[in-house]
Amino acid sequence: MYLGIDIGSSSSKVAILNARKELAATDVVNMGTGTAGPKAALENALRAAGAAREDIKYIVATGYGRINFGEADQQITEISCHAKGVSHLMKDVETVIDIGGQDAKVIKIGKDGKVKNFVMNEKCAAGTGRFLEVMARVLGCRIEELSDLAERSVHDIPISSVCTVFAESEVISRLASGAAREDVAKGAHNAIAKRIMGMCSRVGYEPLLAMTGGVALNRNMVKLMGIELGQPVIAAPYPQAVGAIGAAVFAYEKSERAAERAAEA
Amino acid sequence: MENKITSKQMLADLLDSHYRSALEAKAAGKIVAWATSICPQELLETLDIDVVYPENHAAAIGARKHASEFIEQAEGTGYSSDICSYARVNLGYADIRHSEAGDIPMPDLIFCCSNICNTVIKWYENLAKTLKIPLILFDMPFNHTFEIPEHSVAYMRGQIDHAICKLEEITKKRFDYDKFGEVMELSNQTCEWWKKATDLAKAEPSPLNGFDMFNYMAIIVCMRGKKEGREVFRLWHDELKEKADLGIGPWKDREEKYRVMWDGIACWPHLSVTYKTLKKYGINMVTSTYPESWNILYEKNDRNGMAAAYSANYANRNLDYGTGNVIKLVRDFRLDGIIYHSNRSCKLMDFRQYEVQRRIEAATGVPSVIFDGDQTDPRVFSEAQYETRIQALLEMMENNKAERQEQCKNSKRA
Repeated sequence: MYLGIDIGSSSSKVAILNARKELAATDVVNMGTGTAGPKAALENALRAAGAAREDIKYIVATGYGRINFGEADQQITEISCHAKGVSHLMKDVETVIDIGGQDAKVIKIGKDGKVKNFVMNEKCAAGTGRFLEVMARVLGCRIEELSDLAERSVHDIPISSVCTVFAESEVISRLASGAAREDVAKGAHNAIAKRIMGMCSRVGYEPLLAMTGGVALNRNMVKLMGIELGQPVIAAPYPQAVGAIGAAVFAYEKSERAAERAAEA
Repeated sequence: MENKITSKQMLADLLDSHYRSALEAKAAGKIVAWATSICPQELLETLDIDVVYPENHAAAIGARKHASEFIEQAEGTGYSSDICSYARVNLGYADIRHSEAGDIPMPDLIFCCSNICNTVIKWYENLAKTLKIPLILFDMPFNHTFEIPEHSVAYMRGQIDHAICKLEEITKKRFDYDKFGEVMELSNQTCEWWKKATDLAKAEPSPLNGFDMFNYMAIIVCMRGKKEGREVFRLWHDELKEKADLGIGPWKDREEKYRVMWDGIACWPHLSVTYKTLKKYGINMVTSTYPESWNILYEKNDRNGMAAAYSANYANRNLDYGTGNVIKLVRDFRLDGIIYHSNRSCKLMDFRQYEVQRRIEAATGVPSVIFDGDQTDPRVFSEAQYETRIQALLEMMENNKAERQEQCKNSKRA
């Protein structure tokens, strides 16, 4: 079996592939690098796959915490792993929009799931999951409720600030002047969609587009992203685990290649 | 047996004596000027005026990790954190007047040429006003056309002539035009050797590690019109040539696997980590836009040619010129990738960076990454984000290399 682990800033994700390159298990723990999250996700996924640590032939680590994960055979960036993961799950996708806890990226996929080009957000939380977390807190709801709240919006309220800190004050002032929570929630979603749209244009996006990362669990965000782009955008299956799945596919390929080389020798 | 001095030793000695002699000149009551990095220093050299370059001093303070103190001072005085950090370091230094990283004498004259950016105009004006000293400003409007328009050259020529009169007044000396010719000739020779040396990085593997070029840059800034400046680049050239002829690469303990260009100024406070991250993957920065920036060439005694050369500085040229130059670098230096430093300080470079990147990628297909940083403000850089972007670039370069090798194998089979 082959294992990919994606250790992000706010969560740890593990995917395991079997010998036929099929997905045997995935697990997501909402604790990121520097916590017990990676170990817990690893144990959960092994249990779900009915596997022991010794059954794993190769491990690829990705995400910001990849460097500190000592058990990996190799580290590969989350950019390459997301491209690989998406192309494994959805053959026709050419552009990936990944919105995680602390960064957002748009990746153009080439042949065999290789990265053609990508752009990432600047050193700033604008257009990331953190932005939505802050908005949820100000709006007094859980992050999971934000999508439904925005869907009930009847008026468009633009949130013009791109900076998370400024957007927070803007939202507070909107609420104070009587705007509905639903409309402000939708405005926050649209602010992200516009921000990501700029990144898509820079990278030169092509259909089909898929969304990955925790923010892809937000149905309304995926829908608004599609409206902004004027193109259908689909949420990838297991959106949070796509990077880990890509890492597991790399683990499979690296291990196979090593075996081929050994056979040739 | 005679011990031959290396260019690296010479570089260190020269920089040391450059700053020491400026401090001594000041102590002896001589006029000291503060000047921008690509200004007509020929005029100052002709009149034997000691010059220090705040940009170079700020970079040195940044590289030695002392920038914060001066940045905080400038911001405390009211300068915005959005303005160039060289400006903030220098304006802070003008108040504090001492740094563990090394001192410069306070100026008696400000000499500013806006062919490198617009920030220098207000930065240097404020210095002159605060210190109550004369300012000689060369106003060099941006060249929006590909060629340098004649009116731009005439405007600069007029300013050079005017500056000569002003300098005669300030120094109470007659301007020696014969000596001026000699300084012009020498300055051109220094530029030629700088270009010839940095061009040797075209060899594969490159004998030059580009981070060394960042160090040698101090001399092209500070000693362009001096014999010692020319000699250090001639020696550096000879050393690199010898390495290139022997096929010796940039590092003793690592092979050059990939060749990249660095767009923008170095990230001085994080120089070591930005360098080591590249080296660990065998990525050698073989060139940047800097060799071209000091390619200031004109005929001896041709003041119109001199005016055109200063107006034509790389940073003062339009987008078509800038992209054409980078495309040429990609081809001439056989680059595998490009690293763009999105430098919070440098609005001029960042403003067009996305478009430059898009055009270069379309024209050459070479992969690239942009990372956030700053030339001297240590707060605007994340090591983990830099590492991820560099590793992603490496993965794209690896894929391209594997594809090229595959194609090569297939065509051999065919």
